[in-house]
Amino acid sequence: MTHALELSAVWKFFGDYAALRDCTLSVSEGSCCALLGRNGAGKTTLLRILGGLTAFQRGAVTLLGEKPRAENARRQTGFLGHGIGVYEDLSARENLHFFARIAGSGNLSSLTDTWLERVGLARVPTMPVRQFSRGMRQRLALARTFIHSPKILLLDEPFTSLDDRAIAMLSELLAEARQRGATIVLSTHQLREALAIASHVALVENGRLRYTGERTQEMLDDPALLYRLHTELGSPQ
Amino acid sequence: MREKVVIALAAAAALLLAYNLYQIFLVLPDEALQGGIYRIIFFHVPAGIVGMIGFFIALTFAVWYLVSGDLRHDSLSASIVEVSVVFTTVNIVTGSIWARIIWGAWWVWDYRLTSQLVCALIFFGYLLLRRAIDEPTQRARLSAALTIFGCVDSVIVWKSIEWFRNNHPGPVLTIRTGGGHMDPAMEHTLSLNFLAILLVGAALALVRMRQESTAREIDSLRRAAHV
Amino acid sequence: MNFVLQAFAVARKDLAIELRTKESLNAAGSFAIVILLLFSFAFDPGSDETREIGGGLLWIVFAFAGALVFNRSFARELPNECLDTLLASPLSAASLVIGKSLANWVTLLVVEFVSLFVFGIFYNVSWVAHLAPLAAVFALATWGVSILGAIFGAITVNLRLRELMLPVIIYPLMIPLLIGAIELTRMILNNEPASPEELLWGRILIVFDVVFTSLAVILSDTILVN
Repeated sequence: MTHALELSAVWKFFGDYAALRDCTLSVSEGSCCALLGRNGAGKTTLLRILGGLTAFQRGAVTLLGEKPRAENARRQTGFLGHGIGVYEDLSARENLHFFARIAGSGNLSSLTDTWLERVGLARVPTMPVRQFSRGMRQRLALARTFIHSPKILLLDEPFTSLDDRAIAMLSELLAEARQRGATIVLSTHQLREALAIASHVALVENGRLRYTGERTQEMLDDPALLYRLHTELGSPQ
Repeated sequence: MREKVVIALAAAAALLLAYNLYQIFLVLPDEALQGGIYRIIFFHVPAGIVGMIGFFIALTFAVWYLVSGDLRHDSLSASIVEVSVVFTTVNIVTGSIWARIIWGAWWVWDYRLTSQLVCALIFFGYLLLRRAIDEPTQRARLSAALTIFGCVDSVIVWKSIEWFRNNHPGPVLTIRTGGGHMDPAMEHTLSLNFLAILLVGAALALVRMRQESTAREIDSLRRAAHV
Repeated sequence: MNFVLQAFAVARKDLAIELRTKESLNAAGSFAIVILLLFSFAFDPGSDETREIGGGLLWIVFAFAGALVFNRSFARELPNECLDTLLASPLSAASLVIGKSLANWVTLLVVEFVSLFVFGIFYNVSWVAHLAPLAAVFALATWGVSILGAIFGAITVNLRLRELMLPVIIYPLMIPLLIGAIELTRMILNNEPASPEELLWGRILIVFDVVFTSLAVILSDTILVN
C-alpha cells in the first residue's frame, strides 16, 4: 500500500523539552485522517512538520516519498493554518494569482477567475482584502488553499472560526478533494464534524500518538470514546 | 568533572598571572620611547588576540551545532562569544588609555582599534539577539547564523579598515617604536601573558557554559509544566 | 518554477504592495530629506568641503533610510501568517530571501536617487555628469545593504523588539560596504581620475555582495524553518 504521508519515530525538541515524542504515523493515499487532541498536545507542531514549516530533530518524514521541504512535495500540498494567509493590501484576484503562480499552476488568469467565482468573490475582484468582511476572507483563504488542486491537504483546525457559508464550502471542497484521491490530514477540536468526514483518526497527547487507526462506527456514536480509552485524563476537554 | 577542569584552569591562570605581574611591574624596565605606559601592552595585545581567536573558535562550535543539533555546542559557542566580547572590550579600553597617554587623545583612529570596535559591536549584536529569543533551539540556530555572518564580516572589516587607513593615514598604536623590534624579554613576557589570558578565557567560558545548561534545563521544566 | 522566476515572483509581489501602500517609500524618502536638511545645520552647505564629505553624507542618509525599508521587508509577511503560507509553498527559502532583497534593492534605489537629486540642490553639488559611475556604485553597494536587510529581516522577523534590534545588528556588519561606497562616491563627486584605489574599493563591494549573497542563500533554510 502506498502511503501518502509517513512519520517515523519523529521527535521535535524545543531546547531540551520534547514537544513530539517518537511519533509514528502512516496516512494512506486517499484517506482523511483526523488529528485529535487537547490544546498543546502537539497537533499543530505535527502538521507544521508535515508542511515543511518546522524542523524536527529525530526520525524521518516523507510526503509522497519525498522530504517535506522538497519542492515537489510542497507543490502537491495545500496548507491552511490558523491565519488566512492572504495579503491585506492586494485584491482577491492578485492574491490568488500570486499563490497560484508560486504553486506552479498554469493558465493563471482563467484559474483565478474560476476560483473567484467558486468562492463567491467574483464581484469584488479588485477590492483590497483589507476591506473584506470576515466571511469573505475565510472564503478567499479556502480558494488559496485549494487553487492548485493539491494531492495533500494539511488543515489546522479549519472549522474553527468559519462561518456557516464557509463551513459548507470547506466540506464541499474536502469531499471533492477526496473524490480525486487527495489525502487529507486535519487537526480539530470539533470531534463530530471531523469524525463525520474522517476515514482514520490519530490521537495526540503530550506529544505522543496514543492511538492511530480507522475511524469506526463506535467513534461516530460516541466521540469521546477515544479520549476515554487512550488518554490519561480520559476526557477531551 | 568539568568543575575540576575549571578549577585547574583557573589555578593555572592565577599562578601564571601572578608570575607575569611580578615580571611586568617589578622586573622589566621602562620602554625607551614610551615610558611606563607601554606595560599596558601586556594586557592590551593578548586580550585582543584571545578575543579574536575566541570568535573563530565560537564559529567552529556554531557550525558544529548546525551539523550535530547538539545544544551543548551552542552553549559553548555562546559562552565563548561572551567571553571574547569582554576581552575585546578590554583591548579597546586599554587601547584608549594607551592612546590618551601617548597621543593625548582618548581615541585615535588606529586601524586595529577601530576594527576591534566594529567586531565588538557585531558580537554585541549577537548578545542582544540571544537575549531576545526565548526558545532554545531557535536561539541556537539563529545565533549560529549570526556567528557565521559576524566572523566572515570581521575578516572583511579588518581588511577594509586597514586599506581605508592606507589612504587616510592616522596615528598608529604600536610598541614597535624603535623600528620594528621588541626586546626579547618583553616578547617572552607578552607570550606568557597571552597564555595566562587564554587560560582565564577558557575557565570563564566553561563557567558560562554551565550557566547556559542550567538555564536550558529550567526552560524545559517550564515548558513541561505549562502543558 | 526555477529559482530566478520564484525570486522575481516574490519581488514583484512585494513591489506591488509597496507601490500601492507606499509605506516604505514615503517613510524612507521623508526621512532621507530630513537628514539632509539636518546636516545642513551641521555643515556649511555649498562650500568645497561638501564635495569632500558628500560621499559620507549620502551613504549615512541611505543607511538610515534603508533601515525603514528592510524593517518592513519580512515584517509584512506576519499579518495573517503569510510567512507560513510562503514557506509551505514550493518557494525555496533562498528564493524568498533573494526575492525580498530584490524588492528592497529597487525601493532603496528609488529613495537614493531622489536623495541624490535633493542633495544636489541643497548642497549645490553637480552630479549629472557622473550619473553612470554613481549609478554603478549605488547599484552594487545597495545590493549589499539589501541582502543584509533581507536575511537579517528573516532572522529577526518573529522576535520582540525587532525594529530596534535589526538596525543594531546590521549596521556594524555593513561597515566595510559603507566604507567602500563612501570612498567611491567621494572620488566620483570630486572628479578624481580613475585610480587603482577605485578598483580596490570596487572589488571590496563585489566581494562583499558575492560573499553575503552566498551566505544568505546557504543559510536561508536554517534561518526560516524553525
